[in-house]
Amino acid sequence: MEWPYPICYGEEEVSSADILVLGGGLAGCFAAISAAKKGAKVILVDKSPVKRSGSAGSGIDHWMDCPGNPGSNLTPEEYFQSQLARGILGNPIPTYITARESWDALLELEQMGMKIRDSEGEFEGADFRDEKTKLLYCYDYVNRNSIRIWGTGMKPALYRECRRLGVQIFEGVISTGLLTDGEKPGAKVIGATGVNTHTGKFYIFPAKSTVLCTNGPGRLWVFSTEYIGFSGSQFFPPTNSGDGLAMAWKAGAEFTGLEFSHKGFGGGGGFAWPPYGVGNPRNTWFACSMVDENGKEIPWVDRDNRILKTIAERYRPAPGQKMKLQAFGGFGSNSPRGAYETLGCDLTPEVYDRIKKGEYTLPLYADLSSMPEHERRAIFGLMVGQEGKTNIPVYYTLTQAGFDPEKDMLQYYEGSWYGVGAPQWLTTMGGLMVDWDLRTSVEGLYAGGQIAAGSGGAAEACCMGRYAGRKAADYAFSMNETEVSRSQIESEKDRVYMPVNRKSGMDWKEFEAGIARVMQEYCGVVKTEKLLDLGLKWIDEIKEAEGTELCARNPHELTRTIEALSILTLAEATVHSTRASLKVRGKELPFFKEAKIRGEAFRKPKPITTCLADGEIQVGEPPYINTDDINEIKRTYEAHRGL
Amino acid sequence: MDMEKDKINMTPNLVTPNKPLLFDETVCNGCNMCVKICMMDVLYPNSERGKPPVVLYPDECWYCGCCVMECPIWEKEDVKPIILKHPMMQRVRWKRKATGEYFRVGMKNPPPPNNRPPVGGWKPRT
Repeated sequence: MEWPYPICYGEEEVSSADILVLGGGLAGCFAAISAAKKGAKVILVDKSPVKRSGSAGSGIDHWMDCPGNPGSNLTPEEYFQSQLARGILGNPIPTYITARESWDALLELEQMGMKIRDSEGEFEGADFRDEKTKLLYCYDYVNRNSIRIWGTGMKPALYRECRRLGVQIFEGVISTGLLTDGEKPGAKVIGATGVNTHTGKFYIFPAKSTVLCTNGPGRLWVFSTEYIGFSGSQFFPPTNSGDGLAMAWKAGAEFTGLEFSHKGFGGGGGFAWPPYGVGNPRNTWFACSMVDENGKEIPWVDRDNRILKTIAERYRPAPGQKMKLQAFGGFGSNSPRGAYETLGCDLTPEVYDRIKKGEYTLPLYADLSSMPEHERRAIFGLMVGQEGKTNIPVYYTLTQAGFDPEKDMLQYYEGSWYGVGAPQWLTTMGGLMVDWDLRTSVEGLYAGGQIAAGSGGAAEACCMGRYAGRKAADYAFSMNETEVSRSQIESEKDRVYMPVNRKSGMDWKEFEAGIARVMQEYCGVVKTEKLLDLGLKWIDEIKEAEGTELCARNPHELTRTIEALSILTLAEATVHSTRASLKVRGKELPFFKEAKIRGEAFRKPKPITTCLADGEIQVGEPPYINTDDINEIKRTYEAHRGL
Repeated sequence: MDMEKDKINMTPNLVTPNKPLLFDETVCNGCNMCVKICMMDVLYPNSERGKPPVVLYPDECWYCGCCVMECPIWEKEDVKPIILKHPMMQRVRWKRKATGEYFRVGMKNPPPPNNRPPVGGWKPRT
């Protein structure tokens, strides 16, 4: 079979803009839209089709972090403080911005055509429906900070809006490197380069400011050569190969939190279940009743292990509790449950002991049939209908196979929601250090979405992108275009086309699995100075050996190979940063136990920053933000937000 | 020995851990909308016009279902031009409460389909 697209390796196309947005997921689209609304000329680059690209391409079912909505019982400041209590990593700025702007961003999505209200009244009378606004809330019906939405329409709406505003979209183009003033790392970023995933053509994008909206690497520790699609986390697509982070690292930007790695939620490494597609009481399926093989119900308890007698109680804070978030972790297991202040209800932690005693018979099931109709329909009909990778893969597949939520109990599998796989299969929690302008430590380079440390989730991605786009536009209007250096372009072309300039060599899959092995072995659960030193030695060695022998047979394989090289860069950055933080903090870090995310472990260690300067790792401290002084945070935000 | 008769062809490894997409040639018109939307770049246009696309990298499918969502004739046809199938190891199981019967996705004699669409129908996604 002949390759169906023209091959244009090395051919150049130059397009310049005021603002260059790299990554076209939720954050990238919002960045492009808000910059374009300011009147800027915007280019948006994504390796996938923007209408459905990114982690939330197929949909999302609930919009979180939304204390500004009319039904909410909390102010953005109260919500922000509750998030701090839960424990956030490194930088509180994204969390505050999101608490302030989440509702505005959701209204903007509604204007773009995404459905956010039960205007047909299908849920009239439900406990979670606000009769006035017709909004449907989830998780905490008292405080009402999360809203159920028809999110399969989110990316199509954003894509339409980008086009309406004249954003120039380059789809099927992988970004490969940042261009810097005078070719120097740490100098002003003046654009980027890219390669077409079908033709192999080379793109040069000079720009006055650049917004990175790519995600972190989902496949640094975990890589399945058999099921690429389930590598890393089943919640984040393998296209999240950390290209933006790798580019930023090489350009000398400051990172924070790279030393924090954890057993990412749902890291399946090829063994995962379809996300949200098996019976469980979490997240989208919260708070579904769980029963054993004989239909015997497992009790729900609040944060004080008080048994909840009614289903309605699962959706309310515990007595004396201001607000609750979802409980994280696997029920009955040792996984982190979250901070006490905001700890949600859960199935009784005694469940496994009681299984051993013979009180419950395995397997367990999610029993939607015993839930009230509104709750059942909201979980399965609305949320599973709209969540990422569920509309067709779960809702359609299951119902066509005969599954009926009114009659059937869907089997639960251990690890179906949290933590499939070996303990050393980790995910990074770190990212770029950003200031109140969402600017990185490098001039001209901004960050929106999950690429910035301390950021996560769809609402946060949208809010961050929206804010970063505004700030990048303000900056661009005050700048002139800087001429890009020919020799930087030539050396980038040498780097990216190397795999297609050889007839034989190693394929990207084998290469990436090899890097994952080094990460598991030398930067896994147990981290010591000696192990990390050896890890660096082997990464360096791989870079010189297999890294110079990679081979790609077509532009698709070339794209994957460039991704694998991003993974290599991030492996290096991660081990370096971990090594540096061990030196700074000694044994303070939770290195010897599986990092307990969301809980006490994250709040204790003092954050550090790391970056590459003149080929050496430079360790620094992030600027101190006094999160206890909420008025100061409010003032700083309002002075910077650019509205 | 008859060389021509005994000729053995080299073929790529056809044993894959998954076959994520099944196309029905009688319904699919080869419009390639699914090819254009695939974020993992799994699908490639067929060299023969009007024929279903080639699933070139089945191992890279991450099962988002956007190809099906994008198909312009999927909703109009009873026989579906494109079907997403999780690998066998991901086919989930359930139990009917009243009868105690066990079912799974992909079973030989499945129960009748449940045709209730999601809340708001299939439309909000576009």
